[in-house]
Amino acid sequence: MPPMYLSELCRNTAANVVAVQGADGVSLRLLEMGLVPGTQVTRVGSGPLGDPLEFELLGFSLSLRKAEARRVELQVMQEVCEKDVS
Amino acid sequence: MNENDKSLRVVLLGNPNTGKSSLFNALVGGQQQVGNYPGATIEQFVGRCTHEGRELAITDLPGLYSLNPASPDEQIAVDILLAPNVTDMQVMDVVVCVLDASNLVRNLYLTTQVLELGIPSVVALNMMDIATQAETTIDIEQLSAALGVPVVVTHGSRKQGIGELRSAIASATVVATTKVTFSEPVEAAIVSATSATAVQAVACQRRCFLNELALSTDVELCGDEQVESKQAMKFSAAVELCKQQFDAVGDRISMEPIARYAWINQVVSSVVERGDTDHSLVRRRWLDRVLIHPFSGSLVFLAMLTLLFQAVFSWSGPAMDLIGTLFEWLGNGVESLIAEGILRSLIVDGLIAGIGGVVIFLPQILILFFFIGLMEDFGYMARAAYLMDSIMSKVGLSGKSFIPLLSSFACAIPGIMAARSIKNRNDRLATMLIAPLMSCSARLPVYILLTAACIPERQVFGGWISQQALVLVSMYLLGIVVAVCVAWILKKTMLKGETPVFVMELPSFKMPSVAIVSRKMFQQGMDFVKQAGTLILACTVLIWALAYFPRSEGTVKQLSATQTAGFQLRNSYLGIAGQAIEPVVRPLGWDWKIGIAVLASFPAREVVVGTMGVIYNLGDEEDEASEGLREHLKKARWDDDPKKNLVFTVPVGLSIMVFFALCAQCVSTLAVLKKETQSWRWPLFAFVYMTVLAYVAAWVTFVVASSSLMA
Repeated sequence: MPPMYLSELCRNTAANVVAVQGADGVSLRLLEMGLVPGTQVTRVGSGPLGDPLEFELLGFSLSLRKAEARRVELQVMQEVCEKDVS
Repeated sequence: MNENDKSLRVVLLGNPNTGKSSLFNALVGGQQQVGNYPGATIEQFVGRCTHEGRELAITDLPGLYSLNPASPDEQIAVDILLAPNVTDMQVMDVVVCVLDASNLVRNLYLTTQVLELGIPSVVALNMMDIATQAETTIDIEQLSAALGVPVVVTHGSRKQGIGELRSAIASATVVATTKVTFSEPVEAAIVSATSATAVQAVACQRRCFLNELALSTDVELCGDEQVESKQAMKFSAAVELCKQQFDAVGDRISMEPIARYAWINQVVSSVVERGDTDHSLVRRRWLDRVLIHPFSGSLVFLAMLTLLFQAVFSWSGPAMDLIGTLFEWLGNGVESLIAEGILRSLIVDGLIAGIGGVVIFLPQILILFFFIGLMEDFGYMARAAYLMDSIMSKVGLSGKSFIPLLSSFACAIPGIMAARSIKNRNDRLATMLIAPLMSCSARLPVYILLTAACIPERQVFGGWISQQALVLVSMYLLGIVVAVCVAWILKKTMLKGETPVFVMELPSFKMPSVAIVSRKMFQQGMDFVKQAGTLILACTVLIWALAYFPRSEGTVKQLSATQTAGFQLRNSYLGIAGQAIEPVVRPLGWDWKIGIAVLASFPAREVVVGTMGVIYNLGDEEDEASEGLREHLKKARWDDDPKKNLVFTVPVGLSIMVFFALCAQCVSTLAVLKKETQSWRWPLFAFVYMTVLAYVAAWVTFVVASSSLMA
């Protein structure tokens, strides 16, 4: 099964982080904000034009663009989003 | 020993939105900004208080997430902690880590980094009320034991736990031992890189090593006297070796975060007990469902902006009228007291007109700052950035640029300073360069005066909107549209770069404290009056002098009173200079008086109202609300025109307004740009591009408006 990324997470579903890809300051900041392997992230919503996305983790809200969310690899889940295809 | 030696140097730090600023306020009882938007604490604030005869000098640092700095804001904080000699500050005696109790895990990340710096520390556990709403209980004693430093429960805005915190700071001696240990090879590499023997220097080098290992941040961060060049080489060699070892097996970036969060999760699971329902989270989710929903959120956002501008423009009316009347009364009073002559002219035309011109739009500035303060304190600003991000990213900026730009509608100076929270250099520069294009409150008097003088009062769109209001709104829109275009061009050419990243916390909502917001509003209002007031005052007096001298008494006797004024003005220093520059401003439809008024308003745009007042009637106090100046402008005619046509026609009024919408006539803005960019290049660039743009746009406006009115 191909890896799944945070940018593909369905609305109101949660998944665990596997890894953050990339070796620059952005990836470091994502890790420092708590997106370390094992953290559970829930996708809560998305902005006016589908970007940025809003997530919940460790009890706080974090907003990321799809471009950044694409760096975060998640544990693959079976579910397919119902209507939210993006 | 002098006084300074006895005072304890304390630094207050923590994540953004931990209530750090209100805690600082409570500690020192002074004036200080509280912001809820990441990076609102942009300047370093130092306040003093005493505890049992011991003075504490407390520095409030910008909120930060990690000691591996990602923005200029965070760099300031890290410089103060790690390289005090760079920032001309002495080593801190005590560090106070402010923790948001409702967001403990993420907050502890920075705390564990700080505790390892080898500086005596105290932890202030803030926002316990939100944690209590979340039915979370925290075992304070156990937390203190795990962290190895005293933990004090505080509530900044209710001033709870402040005495305990002061006493803990005054008696802080405990240096926490390193908590988070890394894998064997990393620890060995750190040891081989470290050359110092003092505990604190070792701790500092450990931090630098970790920063270096993750990203190649500046080595000079640790370049104090302790690290001689030889040792610096040894340091970087050890880092390089460690990097290579890591790159062979995997990921050196995630090394520190993974180890730290593992340690934190272990501590938190034994210290914190979570309840079943988190009321604050439920409330935040509910509010966010409305506030950042693509549809309802955008509606709320537009409604907020409309309310904001409505408040600024209409609610300020009565206060502005009152101030206008007050100054008119003052001028009349002085006129009746002092005999006609140079002194009376100086006081009435120079001083009162100058001060009145600034103070009159203080109500608008206060209202704007109050609204922005409320939105910041409530936690809405980050939501606004979230909503605006998708639009901002189209021109190559991020939602974070939105707050500086919004603040610039009040004044470009706080706007430019707020741009510090933007991480990327090019985005920060682009934001700072377009911030002065937002129509600031100083342009408002110019717009109001000229619309009243030049634009006929008429209802358009079926009587719903007045033509004057439409013109006013168009000026604001013009600034925004031009700013968007300039940003797009800058990001395509000089400041090339990817669309910036957007990693932003949406803080939990807080009931805004009217006291804190009001205090901040008054402070900013006073700063504005002080900064602008002195400048405008000086300019008005200078303009008055240039327009008053030289007096030619001899010829005057043969002329009537009104002719005298015009003759004196034409032959004054100002008049001579104005007639010399007339060819330059003629294409814009301006006469020499407008030209000189605009030229004289180089230090600050609002000066133009005062100078026009001085120029058009050397003898009355004038401001934009006063009938006098408006009527004078309406009656002004061309000097050298045989038909004596009116000067202030619709095209001329529009052309002046467009010029002011786009020009860079503000010395303070240019000075702040210089300070923020550390170079003259950018203020110079801003001035040139904005002036050229303003001139060309004013010319186009005049030509188009004239020909369409003819048709």
